[in-house]
Amino acid sequence: MSSRKPVQNVEITIDGQLRQVPQESTLVQACQDAGIDVPTLCFLQGMTPANACRICVVELEGSRVLVPACSRQVERGMIVHTESERVRLARRLVMEFLASSVDLSLSETAQEYARRYGAHPERFEAGVGPPPATVAQSVKVDNDLYVRDLSRCILCYRCVDACGEEAQNTFAISVAGRGFDARIATQFDHPLPDSACVFCGNCIGVCPTGALMFKSEHDLRKQGRWDESSQALTETICPYCGVGCALTLHVQDNRIVKVTSPPDNSVTRGHLCIKGRFGFEFVQESEEKS
Amino acid sequence: MDIRLSPEQPTPEEQDAVNSLLGPEISSSAEKLGRHRLLPALWAVQSRVGWVSEGALNYVCHRLDVAPADAYGVASFYRLLSLTPRPLTLAHICEDLACRMKGSEDLCQEVEKHLGPSAPAHQPGMAPWQKSACLGQCDRAPAILVTRSGRISQDLILGEADLAQLLATLSGRSLSPPPAAAKSIPQLGEKGLRLLRRVGRIDPTNLVDYRAQGGYRALARALQIGSEGVIREVRDSGLLGRGGAAFPTARKWEAVAKAPRRPHYLVCNADESEPGTFKDRVLLEEDPFNLIEAMSIAAFATGCERGYVYLRGEYPLAKQRLENAMDQARAAGLLGERILSAECSFELEIRKGAGAYICGEETALFNSIEGFRGEPRSKPPFPVTAGLFGMPTVINNVETFANIPDIVLDGGADFASRGTKDSTGTRLFCLSGSVLQPGLYEVPLGTTLGALLERAGGVPENRSLRGILLGGAAGSFVGPGDSGLPLSFEATRAAGATLGSGAVMVFDDSVDLKDVLLRIAAFFREESCGQCVPCRVGTIRQEEALQRILSRGAAPASREELLALSEIAQAMRDASICGLGQTAGAAVQSGLTRFVLPAGGEE
Ligand SMILES: Cc1cc2nc3c(=O)[nH]c(=O)nc-3n(C[C@H](O)[C@H](O)[C@H](O)COP(=O)(O)O)c2cc1C
Ligand code: SF4
Ligand code: SF4
Ligand code: SF4
Ligand code: FES
Ligand code: FES
Repeated sequence: MSSRKPVQNVEITIDGQLRQVPQESTLVQACQDAGIDVPTLCFLQGMTPANACRICVVELEGSRVLVPACSRQVERGMIVHTESERVRLARRLVMEFLASSVDLSLSETAQEYARRYGAHPERFEAGVGPPPATVAQSVKVDNDLYVRDLSRCILCYRCVDACGEEAQNTFAISVAGRGFDARIATQFDHPLPDSACVFCGNCIGVCPTGALMFKSEHDLRKQGRWDESSQALTETICPYCGVGCALTLHVQDNRIVKVTSPPDNSVTRGHLCIKGRFGFEFVQESEEKS
Repeated sequence: MDIRLSPEQPTPEEQDAVNSLLGPEISSSAEKLGRHRLLPALWAVQSRVGWVSEGALNYVCHRLDVAPADAYGVASFYRLLSLTPRPLTLAHICEDLACRMKGSEDLCQEVEKHLGPSAPAHQPGMAPWQKSACLGQCDRAPAILVTRSGRISQDLILGEADLAQLLATLSGRSLSPPPAAAKSIPQLGEKGLRLLRRVGRIDPTNLVDYRAQGGYRALARALQIGSEGVIREVRDSGLLGRGGAAFPTARKWEAVAKAPRRPHYLVCNADESEPGTFKDRVLLEEDPFNLIEAMSIAAFATGCERGYVYLRGEYPLAKQRLENAMDQARAAGLLGERILSAECSFELEIRKGAGAYICGEETALFNSIEGFRGEPRSKPPFPVTAGLFGMPTVINNVETFANIPDIVLDGGADFASRGTKDSTGTRLFCLSGSVLQPGLYEVPLGTTLGALLERAGGVPENRSLRGILLGGAAGSFVGPGDSGLPLSFEATRAAGATLGSGAVMVFDDSVDLKDVLLRIAAFFREESCGQCVPCRVGTIRQEEALQRILSRGAAPASREELLALSEIAQAMRDASICGLGQTAGAAVQSGLTRFVLPAGGEE
């Protein structure tokens, strides 16, 4: 690494405001600095943008098509419109496409965007003929630690990247198939215990839609007993080894129902291993057995 | 990487297929073979045993140090690879536009009676046939590709196919010889041809013949005038890319020549999969040495020591001819180290595509070569900065390259003397559908559409012209009133159309244009890579909406339905990552507004 260069600024125009922004920033960062909220779904701070959902598109003067704000770097002289007619139409359609094909009921963010852009996904419903295609399928419950409900999957690629080179380096899951048949899969679509999965749960940690979920949460939801408002959050350090990962225990009715790690934690960046993520299962189970 | 494989083992046959590509396994530790061998290794298995089993996939992963889930994601991306058992011999019957006009649907029905139902594309089974998108043989419609796996795998194309011919081929009773070039090129032997002038006059399998007719003089001249000289001539020629985007070739070359990061890569895009397009196939089959010479010149000019031809998997004859030409060139010292001079070294490799239209998009093509799913990348960065393997890369279409030797020999100004001011040179047009003489035509850019149709004999007697699809499925429709339209980049752009890949599909009044639009919509739904929401979901919503409107017969589409369709098209155009999604609504929109709605009596 070369020595740090002083931050160079470039001048760009966002929604009519002239802004000085660091040369390295993306349009999303530049918009945030300007107090403009650009919607994002697939993008996650700290991970390489997947560029997949396209909810973040903005209008860039001189560009034939809209550009994704989450990944596009600023360039001197850019003139950007973040809420133009074209932008709003594209975002509305993206939400109509998602809401008409995926179960978004556990993603408050997605629902908020659908409202914000006036999405009417029901307009694709046929009066006659077959209903519009969806990704609906049954929940995959093939182990005691986490479940996959791919009816909720928006194919944001976060879990694949988290399992792969962005964090875990296990590469147990990938996108398989293509087009509308594309899906998150293990090798030959095997159940997780027969795959390379090491149950670190990092994929769950990044999933924005609840498609990947702790089995404990899934079971409580099924029984209608999941109650986030009653949950207490306890910060602690993982006791299993010397790395010292920060844990957030989510406790409901005196039971740990899920474990996360703060995404901005310098040790974990939100990622854990099986012991930190699911160790509580064993502890609670053995306590209950005894 | 610590990869974890399932217990399934490869059969000796599968292992042998992989080893004959990668070499025998020397030690059990991961060899540094490189992930970029993934697609060739999958092909090795597929073409030996007809499918890729879990054991075979495991073995490939073990040899190349790729995680099996990752390799599974790659293998499941391509239509010509199967992850379930399939028959060794398999017929792929084209159901695309030109073949539909020549009775491919009836043919499929007959085949179904004899062979049972076809295998759906995403769920292949043991059915001996399946339907296919355009096979790039539209002048010989209906077309069938027959793939045969085995120790000697042998694929072949049936043109103007019928049931008897197919059954004879499947039973191994007949091996139809490759078609004569003359059939595809009605202009054969005419004076004034540039790109097609050698076709039919040289033996495409013989380097000596190519050299006797002036071959490799251009490379010699390139070495004389140097890299800058070559780029100057290309700039003066005004050559614009022939792959669809019409980008100035010299600008790419210059950028890569100057790029400090090395190595540089040279790529020829021979994935030709745009429905209605077969020009690159003819050049590859009939004049392969010219492409190799052209690429050597480009490599020299831009400082590339390594190049790839990414060839569509459905072109068996082109592959055979190009392989043969490369072998001869290598043997004659015209590929490899020190070609004609100490300063020029160039190694070339063919990469066989595996059934994915999207892999013609340049960045998807790079991912495919590198052994990843053929998903386009976000641009910028552009290929000249970060292309194949992340390095500065020149990528051009086959026809673009084919112009280079003449430009170097005769000078850029000579090239620019043909065509129009902004669209220099000649261009290949692929005529198919309702014309008397379908085939490949070479005319100066700026020739009017009417004049081109006339060359092809116009529409058959007793028929009248209804519409023309310019540029393939990614293009748009023009009508009988557009015969005065000059076929130049600028004039088509001004008319809201595009030359695209050079496909010119002609429809007469007997063709059901609703069926054509539905087929185009289905094509995009099948070929979307699935990476981005606007295209992944937009293409299927477009098809559904169109089906609803068109299935109702005479009842007019409601205002809401039409609005939904046009908004779907706009969102795909504005918000998709790549050109596939960006153009997926264009032909449907232009076809609807031109032909279907006026006839449907809307308001
Ligand atoms: C979906 C899609 C498919 C494409 N297919 C091809 C193709 O088969 N052959 C080709 O040369 N270019 C194809 N292109 C264009 C390439 O991305 C690229 O622009 C071209 O290879 C550049 O070469 P040129 O400058 O010589 O035209 C395709 C583009 C898209 C978006
Ligand atoms: S739990 Fe960990 S190893 Fe398993 S799929 Fe998720 S990220 Fe990959
Ligand atoms: S499972 Fe979740 S994280 Fe993975 S792609 Fe789907 S929505 Fe994204
Ligand atoms: S536009 Fe379509 S083909 Fe292109 S990246 Fe998006 S999904 Fe893939
Ligand atoms: S947030 Fe930018 S593409 Fe998804
Ligand atoms: S080969 Fe059938 S349409 Fe092109």
